[in-house]
Amino acid sequence: MIWTALTDLWYGFGVALEPHNIMWCFVGVLVGNMVGVLPGMGPLATISILLPLTFAMKPVGAILMLAGVMYGAQYGGAICSILLNLPCHPPHAVTCLDGFPLTKQGKGGTALSVTVLASFVGASWGITEMIFLSPVLVKVAMQFGAAEICSLMLLGLLAGSTLARGSPIKGVAMTVFGLLLGIVGTDVNSGAMRFTFDLMQLDDGIELIALALGLFGIAEFMNSINQIAVGETKYSKVRLRDMRPSKADLKLSFFPMIRGTIIGSLCALIPGTGPTIASFVSYAAEKKISRTPERFGTGALEGVACPEASTHSSVQGDFIPTMSLGIPGDSVMALLLGALMIQGIVPGPQLISEHPDIFWGLVASFWIGNILLVLLNVPLIGVWVKLLTIPYKYLYPSALFFVCIGVYAANNDMFQVGETVVIGVLGYVLLRLGFHPAPILLGFVLGPRFEENFRRALLLSRGDLMTFIDRPISAVFIALCVLLIGIQVFARLRAFGRKPPPPGAPAVGRAVAAEPIRMGD
Amino acid sequence: MGARLKHKRDYYAGALIMLFGLVAAAKGPGYGTGTLMRMGPGYMPTVLGVILILLGLSIAGTALVTPATEDEQLLPDNPQWLGWLCILAGPILFIILGNFFGLLPATFACVFVAALGDKSSTIKGSLILAAGVSAFGVLLFSYVLQISMPVLTWRGL
Repeated sequence: MIWTALTDLWYGFGVALEPHNIMWCFVGVLVGNMVGVLPGMGPLATISILLPLTFAMKPVGAILMLAGVMYGAQYGGAICSILLNLPCHPPHAVTCLDGFPLTKQGKGGTALSVTVLASFVGASWGITEMIFLSPVLVKVAMQFGAAEICSLMLLGLLAGSTLARGSPIKGVAMTVFGLLLGIVGTDVNSGAMRFTFDLMQLDDGIELIALALGLFGIAEFMNSINQIAVGETKYSKVRLRDMRPSKADLKLSFFPMIRGTIIGSLCALIPGTGPTIASFVSYAAEKKISRTPERFGTGALEGVACPEASTHSSVQGDFIPTMSLGIPGDSVMALLLGALMIQGIVPGPQLISEHPDIFWGLVASFWIGNILLVLLNVPLIGVWVKLLTIPYKYLYPSALFFVCIGVYAANNDMFQVGETVVIGVLGYVLLRLGFHPAPILLGFVLGPRFEENFRRALLLSRGDLMTFIDRPISAVFIALCVLLIGIQVFARLRAFGRKPPPPGAPAVGRAVAAEPIRMGD
Repeated sequence: MGARLKHKRDYYAGALIMLFGLVAAAKGPGYGTGTLMRMGPGYMPTVLGVILILLGLSIAGTALVTPATEDEQLLPDNPQWLGWLCILAGPILFIILGNFFGLLPATFACVFVAALGDKSSTIKGSLILAAGVSAFGVLLFSYVLQISMPVLTWRGL
């Protein structure tokens, strides 16, 4: 088995090293890194803006580039949080705790280089996991019938929505709303127009790009206009010379890196627990086992190395269920899967055997991309620091233009730009009402496949709902769903009797102590 | 501003979700629900609509029993009406000008108006930014990527 995996990987390197593929991979990580550094821009918005560009590309190049944006942004986000104390992306919120004190002490360079190293270690492990676990998962998943796929999707949707940030009920509500949005348009089975409200332009359904850019572009801009704090740049002068970590630093951060990697890869295996939870859990764990926990928060190198390693190993690990089962764990993965579907590729267990170039090319490109990122981040650190100072008032108008032209160019249809504006307003209203719109995308992408499999499962069982419990594998997934809901209800009831935490308590500390499992993206 | 709501925020949240559910549950059966074995196109929407109504009820219901939190207002502490207006006006201008006059005026207007939404922006700064983005955008999208939108045109009103 190891041998086949290695030959497949060798084949993957062949694909990823083709000149145009390596170029797209480079473009992806470069743009991702840049966007990660820029305060107020997220990987979701960037991937959606780049999505229309990929229509003209071959599927392999497209997915390599979009995936590159995603993990490139993780590298960039660390720079922002260590040097400016701005957690641009949720997974890096904990990195600020020790990263910024280190910067204040003039050790920002060391923190950055340890971060790059930890990221690389974490990512490498995540990729290795993907190489060996995905074929095994696929072998199991090949036995699945419609009922199993359906219950597995249900589990994925539930986990993705209840374990994410904010209230679990609201998360589920957003997912169901996403499923409904996925229904809009022509029904494939009967040809009926559903929820088109007599608008001809909605016959093909809501456009994925319009939805993503409305929710993560326009709604985000509305949320952050005049709210983005200007970071303190007075400490952030980092030269290449400062980047070399001493032997003691390396020794100090070696085991935290390994521990972070392990925690991250475990988190990746549980659907719905993305990098944010991984980083919070690993920081808390590292603090707990440390002999000097009082150093945490004042500039402990372990507090930077451990969460960064776990973030990256879980980011790479998240690709496992997405690529091998076709079930995305979070909204970024849902978007990548959507990109594949636009290219006409059906996600699911057959993906690896039908499109080995995509899967193994992607895996190989992760190594290449991560090496590129190390090369980009160490010598070019000065450039990234400069980028940190670009004010938001120049960023969002330019980004807004890219949103408009991107949505328009997808189908040469101005109607969809209007669709994006409407979705954006709706997304902002939902944000203000305490909803996190990310699960909408999860439901939207999985919706049509869920309905199709649900119909098929019940057709095969002659309308007997017990089919989901009678079949053993499906029953396990349903049991897990029930367990998930049970835990949430139990946690709710237990918290109900307790007093709410005092408003003065530090937000991050409170989150780690009280509800580590809710902080996800 | 940022006045406190008369009721808790989650009542409104629950009501909105119920509204979505009601629309789906009301329109769904019209498409034909069919039976469990042979589901019609209306089956899924109806079920999802009912689930949404129940979820909306439970969101509002939990708000009944939980104490009010600090963040109970609908608008943020300092509402950015001008900023929001500018952000929404940008794409709308892009649609209108893009339809009638082409890519260049659409881009310029979109970026210029959107940039005015920031508190610290100046007319001059916004003009420069809009000009820069327009030049770059036209170059990239019209000449390199060759999208089908004309750079400059006159389709009358």
